[in-house]
Amino acid sequence: MKEQLEAIQAEALERISQTEDMKELQDIKVAYLGKKGSLTGVLRGMGKLSKEERPVIGEVANKVRESITAALDEKNEKLELLQLEEQLEAEAIDVTLPGRPVKVGGPHLLSSIVQELEDLFIGMGYEVREGPEVETDFYNFEALNLPKNHPARDMQDTFYITNELLMRTHTSPVQARTMQEYKGEKPVKMICPGKVYRRDTDDATHSHQFTQIEGLYVDKNVRMSDLKGTLDTFAKKMFGADREIRLRPSFFPFTEPSVEMDISCKVCNGKGCSVCKGTGWIEILGGGMVHPKVLEMGGYDPEVYSGFAFGMGPERIAMLKYGVNDIRQFYTNDIRFLKQYHKA
Amino acid sequence: MLVSYNWLKNYVDLGNLTPEQLAAKITKSGIEVEGVEYVAENCKDVVVGYVETCEKHPNADKLNLCQVNVGDQKLQIICGAPNIAQGQKVAVAKPGAVLPGDFKIKKVKLRGIESNGMICSLKELGLEEKYIPTDIADGIFVFPEDATIGENVDELLNLNDAVLELDVLANRADALSMLGVAYEVGAILDQPVNLPDETVSFAEDDAVDNYISVEVEAADLNPYYGAFMIRDVEINPSPLWIRNYLMAAGIRPINNVVDITNYVLLEYGQPLHAFDYDKFSSEKVVVRRADDGETMVTLDDQERILSEKNLVITNGKEPVALAGVMGGANTEVTSETKNILLEVAYFNSSSVRGTVKQTGLRSESSTRFEKGIDPNRVKRAGIRACLLMEKYANGKVAAGAAEFDELDRSENTVEMDTDQINKRLGTEMTSEDIVSILKRLKFDYEQNDTSFSVQVPTRRGDITIFEDMLEEVARIYGYDNLPFTLPQGAAQAGALTVRQSLKRKVNNYIQGVGLMETLTYSLTNATDIKRLVSPEVLEKAVSPVALAMPMSEEHKYLRLSVLPEILRAIKYNSARNQTNLGYYEIGSVFISSEKQVSKQPDEQLRAAGALTGKWLEHPWQQEKKDVDFYLVKGIVEGLFDHLDLNVSFRQAKLADMHPGRCAVIEMNEQTVGFIGQLHPALEKEMDLKETYVFDINLEAVFAAYEDTPSYRQIPKYPSIARDIAFILDENIHSGDVGDLIQEIGAPLVNRVEIFDVYQGANLEEGKKSVAYSLLYQHPDKTLKDDEVEESYQEIIKAVNEKFNAYVRS
Ligand SMILES: [Zn+2]
Repeated sequence: MKEQLEAIQAEALERISQTEDMKELQDIKVAYLGKKGSLTGVLRGMGKLSKEERPVIGEVANKVRESITAALDEKNEKLELLQLEEQLEAEAIDVTLPGRPVKVGGPHLLSSIVQELEDLFIGMGYEVREGPEVETDFYNFEALNLPKNHPARDMQDTFYITNELLMRTHTSPVQARTMQEYKGEKPVKMICPGKVYRRDTDDATHSHQFTQIEGLYVDKNVRMSDLKGTLDTFAKKMFGADREIRLRPSFFPFTEPSVEMDISCKVCNGKGCSVCKGTGWIEILGGGMVHPKVLEMGGYDPEVYSGFAFGMGPERIAMLKYGVNDIRQFYTNDIRFLKQYHKA
Repeated sequence: MLVSYNWLKNYVDLGNLTPEQLAAKITKSGIEVEGVEYVAENCKDVVVGYVETCEKHPNADKLNLCQVNVGDQKLQIICGAPNIAQGQKVAVAKPGAVLPGDFKIKKVKLRGIESNGMICSLKELGLEEKYIPTDIADGIFVFPEDATIGENVDELLNLNDAVLELDVLANRADALSMLGVAYEVGAILDQPVNLPDETVSFAEDDAVDNYISVEVEAADLNPYYGAFMIRDVEINPSPLWIRNYLMAAGIRPINNVVDITNYVLLEYGQPLHAFDYDKFSSEKVVVRRADDGETMVTLDDQERILSEKNLVITNGKEPVALAGVMGGANTEVTSETKNILLEVAYFNSSSVRGTVKQTGLRSESSTRFEKGIDPNRVKRAGIRACLLMEKYANGKVAAGAAEFDELDRSENTVEMDTDQINKRLGTEMTSEDIVSILKRLKFDYEQNDTSFSVQVPTRRGDITIFEDMLEEVARIYGYDNLPFTLPQGAAQAGALTVRQSLKRKVNNYIQGVGLMETLTYSLTNATDIKRLVSPEVLEKAVSPVALAMPMSEEHKYLRLSVLPEILRAIKYNSARNQTNLGYYEIGSVFISSEKQVSKQPDEQLRAAGALTGKWLEHPWQQEKKDVDFYLVKGIVEGLFDHLDLNVSFRQAKLADMHPGRCAVIEMNEQTVGFIGQLHPALEKEMDLKETYVFDINLEAVFAAYEDTPSYRQIPKYPSIARDIAFILDENIHSGDVGDLIQEIGAPLVNRVEIFDVYQGANLEEGKKSVAYSLLYQHPDKTLKDDEVEESYQEIIKAVNEKFNAYVRS
């Protein structure tokens, strides 16, 4: 009987190893282990065995059953895995097709630059102040040491609305308003970005509307070297750590001494090229030490307080940094232009 | 100001500096040199030649055949110039010479006869045509008799000179003269300044009083008037060097007398005027305000109608000059002139500026008066001119000057201290450094230890206070030598205000949902000022704010809506086949509630946008859909949701908007903007496809926004969802039904949302099915089914009663 069992085991294991089909595997299971299966049949004959033989054969029979069951399970698992693989293979898609598009918007280049500058100066402890675009003659001119009939008023041709109202020609009136608001009682450390207007005919380099960012710092013991250090920090962050700055004397009615700031030309590295007109330097901004009359009108005692101010044009910065060559492009809003500077 | 390098060398030693190096130094010290140009570049092998014979060309009427001695050889040259003649000394380009424009001179045959070189005009030598004297503009240039045959012409004609173009700003009027520039360069290079000769030999037996006296009736506008008398002048071309310098400085030579007045004007920065004394027809100069309506003809042959704002020079009867601006035609110096009445005066800048503004006449003279001249140089300039007329016009100068003199020539005194300077500049200069700077500037001073009392010369009228001297010290010390420091004041945290952060938040949201930011003009035209103005703006804007003097009709009014400008951008793109666009802008509109604008308008920040064409250009899997009302509405709803603000939309009919596809946005029962489709008529007019817009008052949004939203308990008890679909007449607004559900279901119904709208098969004509999803929730307990069911039935009943709607089964 033992031989009979071992033959069944050998035959079953052989059939299991041969099959590659789930259905057949099921049939094999039934054929050996089912109610009418051959192993079951042999076991039924156990009753006829002697008392001594029964446990020995029983043990053999159990081992045979376990081995067949194990072989069946193993084969089943293997076939299931194969089946799954086949199924996944059939589910393959074309991964080179484009993704479902998502509409992407973005900021205007000038907004990006203004925001970059805001964040830069916020990091240096400046607050951001805003003011009206329609200003009074007083805040736009008089409070900035430009009394009526001052010859320098010719420097900025102005859109007047009435004799007293005008489109601001710079964002400096916000500085005058802030000084008045602070009443000479605490330091002023601010920048003021915004739209400004000049009575110009629009062409490649002029625009009747443009943007400006000005800065003002008034405190006790503010030195001109502080202005130089501040502008240097700004220029290196904005234009690259390898840029150098230089200050030149200039003239503005609201500052004394006044400065014009140049940065070394990135194109030629200061050697001189067509971009910098051979000088190696590119003019970026104007500034200076706040004129004592401006401090006085803002409510700050020039004997106690001093300060510096500076102003720059984001359009000019964009033109230098990104090579925009016509200022009108900022206001035409051609989609190709707007999209170009998304990563700016 | 055009500064000739060669001319400047007469006053200050420029060492070995090239014009470019000098320009760089001047720029760095405070006066920007905008460019350096050479009078004539690359003019080689051109020499003085003597025309020994000059005959007609045998084969050509208009050509002459000349034998020219050029020193080392004699050349046969054919010349077509009308003014060529035997005995002249002329500029000869020898064969092999190269003229400007890379024009190479070769031996040629003209009508059968050999020509070995070219006799040149000034233009051919590279001089700018507009500066060449008119009488020789068409002909060759003839040298004075004393020119050396064979000598190179570059030096004689100053062709090797470089001209520095200085951009002189309003404060540096002193740099509008060669002497002023010499002082500036002297300070930069630490060199002395050589002043010009002012030693005139007055006629011993003839005084100016014999000819003229001066009366000034407007001393407030004219504190000094001096008249010199130069008799028996010979009007001729001026010497070559004067002509050369004038041409380099951009002034066309005329004759010796006029050239000398211009030369001294440039040298001293002091305008002068020469009258023909014999035409002056009086012995008295009277300076007065013009009478209203009085007329005179100026040198440019224009009749000028004057007013009492104009200061005029008269002969006691009629005007002979517009003070400081232009002389009169009636006393003009001509080639016949014999006796010169020379004016040197100090006219106040405001008076001259007024006349310039009124007449539009701006000249070298008026520019200098407008910016302010040096009171201590006025009379000296007159003496200098007399000297030159004596020398170069053979004039006899009558002794003295007829004068009116109430001129204040006093110098400003500025006090300063070394410590104060260092404290303000951040430097560590010593008092010796300051002394050296003052010496370079040639400013007188008194020193007491570290204190200085500086006498500022009157040529530097711009220096009046300590800060002005601070700049002088700083710029001569060198801005480059200032240290780099950062402010020492107490640190403070910089930050955006709530409003600024909110603006960024709105920008980020709108960009995030797919719109592109634009930047457009605030100034608009008469049509667009009225277009697409939100109803709540229209209500307040009584009259548009207009510019008094616009540059064009296109930019005349301050906008009341951002939309027309965005549409202009969309139109621009559409015309370039870029038709799928989603644009927005955050910008101000300007609302004045006054009939006659006198106060600053209310500047209201608005967020406006316009969408047109396909929303997604290549949605390969999805339906290719045009933008529509609900896309725009979704964006706007999302914005308010993002800001945690409640708004509702109410159907509205607005001008320029599609009457059936437009809604106003309401927040707390106030209109805060609108959305919808443009009126098809407007779309057609602007060449736009279907376009949807939104316009939101951000001021209202910011005001309603809560900076720190209060904490809301997350519900602890389970919610129950119920769906319900109503069959409605198609003209019933689904939102109204939703509002009613919310109202009846309160407080148990926490949320009502539409999840399906259906119209078509299985539904009666004119009906639609709208499916709502209701969320029941109680903050304090678990709702029971019968509570929900009761509310549900109430809702069905109410909707049925109000809208005649029934539940779809
Ligand atoms: Zn360069």
